[in-house]
Amino acid sequence: MARFPAYASGWDKTWHYAFRIICGLVFAFLMFPILVILPLSFNAGNLFTFTPEMLRFDPDGYSLRHYRNLFQSPDWQIAMYNSFRIAPVATLVSVSIGTLAAIGLSQRHMPFKQAIMAILISPMIVPLIISAAGMFFFYSRIGLQGTYVGIVLAHAVLGVPFVIITVTATLTGFDHSLTRASASLGAGPVKTFFKIQMPLILPGVISGALFAFITSFDEVVIVLFVGSADLKTLPWEMFSGLREQLSPTILAVATVLVALSVMLLTCVELLRRRSQRMRGLEP
Amino acid sequence: MRRLSKLVATAFIGLFFASSASAIDLTVVSWGGAYSASQIKAYHEPWMEMNPDVTFIYDESAPEGVAKLRAMSEAGNLTWDLVDAIAADVIRLCDEGLAEVVDVDEILAPAPDGTPASEDFGDLLVSDCLIPQIVYSTVVAYRNDVNEWEGRLPEDICALFDLENFPGKRGLEKRPINNMEWALLCAGVPKDEVYEVLATDEGQQMALEKLGTIKDETIWWSSAAEPRQQMADGEIKIGSSYNGRWFDLINVDGAPVEILWDAQVFDIDGWIIPTGLPAERREAVIEFLHFATDTQRLADQAKFISYGPARMSSAPLVGMHAELGIEMGPHLPTDPNNSKNVFVYNFDFWADYRDDIDVKFQAWLAN
Amino acid sequence: MQKLRAFLLVVPLLLFVLLSFVGPIIDMLFRSVENYLVSDTLPRTVAILDDEDVNEDWQPSEDLFSALYVDLAIAVDVKAHTRVGSRLNYERSGIASLFRSTGRKLSGIGSRDYAKTVKSLNPSWEGIEHWQQFVAALENANALPNTTAAFRQWQRDHAARRTDVNSLEPQDVLFVVLVEEALSVGEGRLAAIGSPHSDNLAEILANAAAFEPIEYKEAFLGFDKKWADRELWVTVSLYSSRLTSGYFLNSIDLKKSEDGIEARPERERLYTKIFMRTFAMSIFITLCCLVIGYPVAYLMANLPTKHANILLILVLLPFWTSLLVRTAAWKVLLQEQGVINDILVSIGLIGDLNRLAMINNQLGTIIAMTHILLPFMILPLFSVMRTIPPSFVIAARSLGATPVTAFRRVYFPQSLAGVGAGMVLVFILAIGYYITPELVGGTNGTFISNRIAYHISSSLNWGLGAALATILLAVVIMLYWTYDRLVGIDNVKLG
Repeated sequence: MARFPAYASGWDKTWHYAFRIICGLVFAFLMFPILVILPLSFNAGNLFTFTPEMLRFDPDGYSLRHYRNLFQSPDWQIAMYNSFRIAPVATLVSVSIGTLAAIGLSQRHMPFKQAIMAILISPMIVPLIISAAGMFFFYSRIGLQGTYVGIVLAHAVLGVPFVIITVTATLTGFDHSLTRASASLGAGPVKTFFKIQMPLILPGVISGALFAFITSFDEVVIVLFVGSADLKTLPWEMFSGLREQLSPTILAVATVLVALSVMLLTCVELLRRRSQRMRGLEP
Repeated sequence: MRRLSKLVATAFIGLFFASSASAIDLTVVSWGGAYSASQIKAYHEPWMEMNPDVTFIYDESAPEGVAKLRAMSEAGNLTWDLVDAIAADVIRLCDEGLAEVVDVDEILAPAPDGTPASEDFGDLLVSDCLIPQIVYSTVVAYRNDVNEWEGRLPEDICALFDLENFPGKRGLEKRPINNMEWALLCAGVPKDEVYEVLATDEGQQMALEKLGTIKDETIWWSSAAEPRQQMADGEIKIGSSYNGRWFDLINVDGAPVEILWDAQVFDIDGWIIPTGLPAERREAVIEFLHFATDTQRLADQAKFISYGPARMSSAPLVGMHAELGIEMGPHLPTDPNNSKNVFVYNFDFWADYRDDIDVKFQAWLAN
Repeated sequence: MQKLRAFLLVVPLLLFVLLSFVGPIIDMLFRSVENYLVSDTLPRTVAILDDEDVNEDWQPSEDLFSALYVDLAIAVDVKAHTRVGSRLNYERSGIASLFRSTGRKLSGIGSRDYAKTVKSLNPSWEGIEHWQQFVAALENANALPNTTAAFRQWQRDHAARRTDVNSLEPQDVLFVVLVEEALSVGEGRLAAIGSPHSDNLAEILANAAAFEPIEYKEAFLGFDKKWADRELWVTVSLYSSRLTSGYFLNSIDLKKSEDGIEARPERERLYTKIFMRTFAMSIFITLCCLVIGYPVAYLMANLPTKHANILLILVLLPFWTSLLVRTAAWKVLLQEQGVINDILVSIGLIGDLNRLAMINNQLGTIIAMTHILLPFMILPLFSVMRTIPPSFVIAARSLGATPVTAFRRVYFPQSLAGVGAGMVLVFILAIGYYITPELVGGTNGTFISNRIAYHISSSLNWGLGAALATILLAVVIMLYWTYDRLVGIDNVKLG
């Protein structure tokens, strides 16, 4: 039960509960679409709505056929295969050079910090269609259009802002006396980096990596322009499925992707807490 | 796709012929789905059986074919060997110098009776770069179980605009092509004057006004699968799509739908050879085309999909559908019973007016 | 030293982003003003038009058609005439087919006879080698500039298409230019070229009667009477400059005319409409996000951290879920045979025949995008509200303020920073959206991005697509700058 201050009137109490109901509705709005596709993906029929059998919880109303279809159809298989070989590599590229840059950016002596930051964050801000069109022409010119390398590079650029943001966030409040202490005790810069800085920024690096991964894994506009049919990814296949023939297999894919996002989100949450603990920002 | 769909001939045959010819990979761009499947069964698989040194790589980029080919050529970096395109795009590719000008009599097989290819294709050779394969049509279909129609069934194209006798939602493509022609026809413009009228501002206005009478009742589609789905659900009662989609809906799904062949619009789909192929690849492509567009092969394709073969000489050879076992002849847009009143997509007109009318059409839609 | 070290750490990434992201975009934006095609393909025609005043009484001259013939004939040989036709067709319908059909008929102008006659006088004219030596000699002697220019352009255009210029066959048009120029210059001035070329020319002059003069104007009007149309020539002259503002004018529904820039007729105005729609819908979506995001952020900020964290996860989950999954979900929910309509029908709120159209229109785009962008509103709001001490409101209340006044005068002003940050962020993301409007926008719920995509991948009017993209990008950059001022980009928080 909520405790109300002494001056609270009857109106206040009513409003308090009404307010909670409003917030509850907003959360319902946020979660409803995601939750509703989970049961529908086990639909035994070819429909996108709850059949009477499903509402009666009749086992005949449910089946795994859409999941079977997902794991048997060559189109979805190729899409899955491509998604899982593009996203990790793109992530690796953006994390490796992104982390270096974030370390540079968070040093006090960094020149032109604001301008450089603005450029590095821009892939997150520029409308995707513009990025996609620009890369389409440019990659065609240098022969990377429709190639694996082309998509990986394009996705790596999109992941960069996330790595920069998360890693610089872990570095703010970083106590530089630690590196000085390490140096004065005789450790070289490389050793200092791995023994002192790395453990502290690691949570930021990993959560940046997860952001970069999901960005690439979820990206479709660039793939549509820079990719080709043999490089189609899960989002590409979903996009054409949604535009062409809406098949319930899409709901099965969607459910799998939601499970994946829950996993990734959990990782990020745990990392964030660990990072805050390590830097002593929160108990 | 490239990795998995590489259809490599069996190692046995490969070994056997390995010494005779050097292997070549040809990247063929087409539409994917049922259409690519019909091509693979009718042309590619038989050809690979005869030529084990040829491997086809299938790319489904035809929907973005023109843009990608243009970007590739601008960059001087051509990776495609043979591209499937609709005739309107072939004209653009030809205009842009991206497709090779071909002499069909020189590179393609004559009909079995010796008629040169150019005569066998007849009017379908709408561009100097086009190697025609099939004729398909954009055609109106309707549900034959609508209660409000009280037993009346549409007999001509103007049923589309007749909300009184045929109430219900319409499904039309979200672009001016075909819709403008039908609107003018039903606004009383004689068929042979349609394009003359449509070239004028007043004519375009007239067409949009006619379309305006059903605008509130129309669901506009941008992918041909949409009207098929909506017709199956009963969301639309009458609407346009490609004849192949309607064929599937009627004969595969068994939906209570009939095709209204009146004023169907013929369109052509064919191959182009991209400009600038290296001689060796070009030769391999032409050898394949000689086979793949001969009378028998084009007739074979109709066993797998309900589009009409582009050669006149193929018509008598069209047989049963490979899986459904129905006689395909009467389901093709080119069948004499279906083609009593036909528009042939006016390529020259739309190449000129597409952008202009599209802006007006989209502005009209947005209002 | 430390400066340098910090900078060196950033250099690889900076180069990577500049080369593979910023560079390509800037490069694409240049397409919005680039217009080399017309003057490169029709140099002679454009030069004549530039000198003329194409007013009401103007008539295309014989010289103009003669220049057009040379330009077009070279263009036909390298298949550039239809490209320039397509380019001009964006500005005036009908030019594409005019260029295409004229290109097909062009050899009927009589040029073939010229070539035949010259070759019969001296068969060595048939070979490219002879021509190359001949033109080199012309260049040395500074003679016959038109012939030289035509030959060089022809060769250059072929080379640009990666054709081996040494294996070319001299085209008819070269013979026409050569003969006409030689005849007009006369024998006396040709001696300077030197033997054997001057002798070859003398042969041609001696047989002047064998070349029947070509009536260019008559021939072109015979190909198509549209060539006499003054409007056509106005279009060519308006769009002949190497850089053009045409695409930009087009993207704000203006056009060039003889009397300067004018508005397009009402029925052709499309892009301002789509821009306005994009902005209006984005603002509306931003407001929707604010209205439903604010209470949630407030609630989370005023709960104990432990509970707030649980709610925060609920906000973050949609944020981490694939955009396509969420769009698919809304499609399933909102479509006519979808979940919401089914529920409404089954509880009898609407009839089976009057199902609501909630998708493929503006409503669908607004619902789906509000849902997708809501976390981007809640997160900045939450991070600002968490710093507002509750004691202020309590103090205001205890001093007698009503709840509304306390909120309005005390709490809300302190949360404004979050409101601003959230609104700008959501708005920036909204105006550039492509996927969701494409899938659920239908006819009146699509954005400018969808039109850009149409021009890049479908209509191939890349210049117009680039101009629209430039305008959109300019707006986004302005907002980005505002955002930077407001919160600082290095203050962006991700959960």
